[in-house]
Amino acid sequence: MRLSILGGRVIDPANGIDRITDLHIASGKVLAVGEAPAGFEAGRVIDARGQVVCPGLVDLQARLREPGQENKATIASETRAAARAGITTLVCPPDTDPVTDTPAVVDLIRHRATQAGFARVVSLGALTKNLQGEQLAEMSALKNAGCVGVSNAHHAIASTEVMRRAMEYAANQDMPVFLHAQDPWLAAGGCAHEGMVSVRLGLPGIPEAAETIAVARELHLIEQTGVRAHFCQLSSERAVNMIARAQHDGLPVSADVAAHQLFLTEMDIGFFDSHCHVQPPLRTQRDRDGLREALRRGSISAICSDHQPLDRDAKLAPFPSSEPGISGLETLLVLTLRLVDEGLLSLPQAIACISQGPAGIIGLSAGLGVGERADICIFDPEQYWELGAEGMASQGKNSPFLGWEFKGRVTHTLLAGRLSFSSESL
Amino acid sequence: MRGQNLQLDEQGRLKHLLTIEGLKRQQIVDILDIAESFISVGDQQVRKVPLLRGKTVVNLFFEASTRTLTTFELAAKRLSADVLKININTSATVKGESLLDMLHNLEAMQCDMFVVRHSDSGAAHLISQHVAPHVSVINAGDGRHAHPTQALLDMFTIRRRKGEFAPLTVAIVGDIMHSRVARSQIHALTTLGVNEVRVVAPKTLIPAQVESLGVHVYHDMKAGLRDADVIIMLRLQKERMRGAMLPSEQEYFQSYGLTRDKLAMARPDAIVMHPGPINRGVEIDSEIADGPQSVILEQVSNGIAVRMAVMSMVLGRPPAENAPAEAPAKGSAQGEAS
Repeated sequence: MRLSILGGRVIDPANGIDRITDLHIASGKVLAVGEAPAGFEAGRVIDARGQVVCPGLVDLQARLREPGQENKATIASETRAAARAGITTLVCPPDTDPVTDTPAVVDLIRHRATQAGFARVVSLGALTKNLQGEQLAEMSALKNAGCVGVSNAHHAIASTEVMRRAMEYAANQDMPVFLHAQDPWLAAGGCAHEGMVSVRLGLPGIPEAAETIAVARELHLIEQTGVRAHFCQLSSERAVNMIARAQHDGLPVSADVAAHQLFLTEMDIGFFDSHCHVQPPLRTQRDRDGLREALRRGSISAICSDHQPLDRDAKLAPFPSSEPGISGLETLLVLTLRLVDEGLLSLPQAIACISQGPAGIIGLSAGLGVGERADICIFDPEQYWELGAEGMASQGKNSPFLGWEFKGRVTHTLLAGRLSFSSESL
Repeated sequence: MRGQNLQLDEQGRLKHLLTIEGLKRQQIVDILDIAESFISVGDQQVRKVPLLRGKTVVNLFFEASTRTLTTFELAAKRLSADVLKININTSATVKGESLLDMLHNLEAMQCDMFVVRHSDSGAAHLISQHVAPHVSVINAGDGRHAHPTQALLDMFTIRRRKGEFAPLTVAIVGDIMHSRVARSQIHALTTLGVNEVRVVAPKTLIPAQVESLGVHVYHDMKAGLRDADVIIMLRLQKERMRGAMLPSEQEYFQSYGLTRDKLAMARPDAIVMHPGPINRGVEIDSEIADGPQSVILEQVSNGIAVRMAVMSMVLGRPPAENAPAEAPAKGSAQGEAS
């Protein structure tokens, strides 16, 4: 389909573009920025005046619950929610059921996503077989099947020896390793940050050291093995400072942060609000500010949703017994835009954190240059709306942001030049 | 729901009792005063007042308990309520029914009050958010979080023995980390304005940032007990006496067990308390537990009056308004303090 997007503020951090102009698309790719080529006739025109036109968002961490937990969500339901939120690429961690440790599971996920047609889903393969931390997964086969990296998800690898060999093997395959840094023994049984709130509410705590000790171990192994590594959803100021130091020393490490960690702290648990039960836990205001500062200075290069849709009952339990996780796809863009309103980032910087930054980590490009794939998000930056459970497209309504008023609403999402969402059809 | 004080109604009156945190000083004093008026019910020939006649109280204990369950049951019966006890070990939750489903089924049987004990912090809060508007919830201990009636009966006992709270130095000794009793006591004592609350324990049993609750931390027992007016010993779970928390019972007793020589550091008229059940020879020497400064059994008796007071208040019928002629008048704590 030939399509023109006219008069929008085109922000493309990858190509350094920020101006009001037109985009013309053909055969799923950007054909021209600015004037249409001679003889170009658009089959559809989107009037984007007053709107921002940017690369489709890339979310580094989204659990789609399929295969294995279709009672919570499906690839179809969650990719549809992603499209409504301007997301065109989702990275799915390997803790599916069955675990993504064979090409068959990778193929299944891709097939279901293609069938649904709302967003591209790429998989992280398992780092160890069945995520058990004992035997290496078949990383070469997983890479050939299209996995963009390997990870053991939230399943800690207890043996430092196994972790070392896994990193060495991943380096050998030139696959980035995605790490969830949390010492399993220090975190065991915990459900909240060990600090003022956990002591007040008597909630078993997860100390900050559970994260920093694990980051320290992994950094030593990264240095030794030379693997490219990405730290997922860091939660503490000390940990991001350690990453910044490692980057300064030339280690090939990157990091992301979950959007909710930039806005919520342990105080938001209030009197046991299970919507604030997340892993890693919400930490202190100082940690939140440290994460923001790391984002501003660039040592964290991506914001992700850490999307974890849950069924209603999952949160209807006492805090320690409720399931951790936030349904985050639909707040990824707007929370990031809020950082612009709060003066932390410029709009192009913010967009880079949810497009170019995460795309680079998985080896994709996310730009609107001529010839690039036309994955595009168009949003009205001035439109106010309130997040309500009934308005959420995700099957999971578990969000601590219900009732929040947000600024910025997606009007169109294009996946390889085809409209995967349009607010006109709502 | 975030940050909201769920236990007060729109007029600021007690609707549920979930935690001491957030209660005003006067509200605590009111509970103690009303408990004072109930203290003699147990001495009457007919140990009953009709305040909760026609009401149904359900004791919903998801965790084992003897003392607390019994005193709640006695308190409800002395208020003339019908009392149900749900044996969770054989109940539907074991068969997979969710906590809230079970609750709604009980509600459908026209219950008025749930007394809840649960191993998870926040369980009573959760239940209070989902019960019908006419139902009250009393927290009988949730996880490590709160045990408000225990703290109130402790305050009641302290007031009867010491009178004023303001000049007191109170030392809480033992497993602060896992103790819901300690948390509730700390909130109660700080709200009532005691001079100093101390927590005394090895580092392994002190939670991070406990100072944020307004207490002073001591790791040396003798220093922690120096000039204390009240010593509250906490129960130590057997499983914590091995492995990473503590090396052995013997070593714990040597350092933190209350013995005559350690008690000598406190004021001569100091009282010794314990929420029970006691591990003799681990937390406390029998000589002290049964000695003249111990008020441990008094705490148990006082528990019934305090629980009667709380139950009558949350169901909205304090004795000041509805007390029968035979019920005793509101007592003066100052007058009865010795």
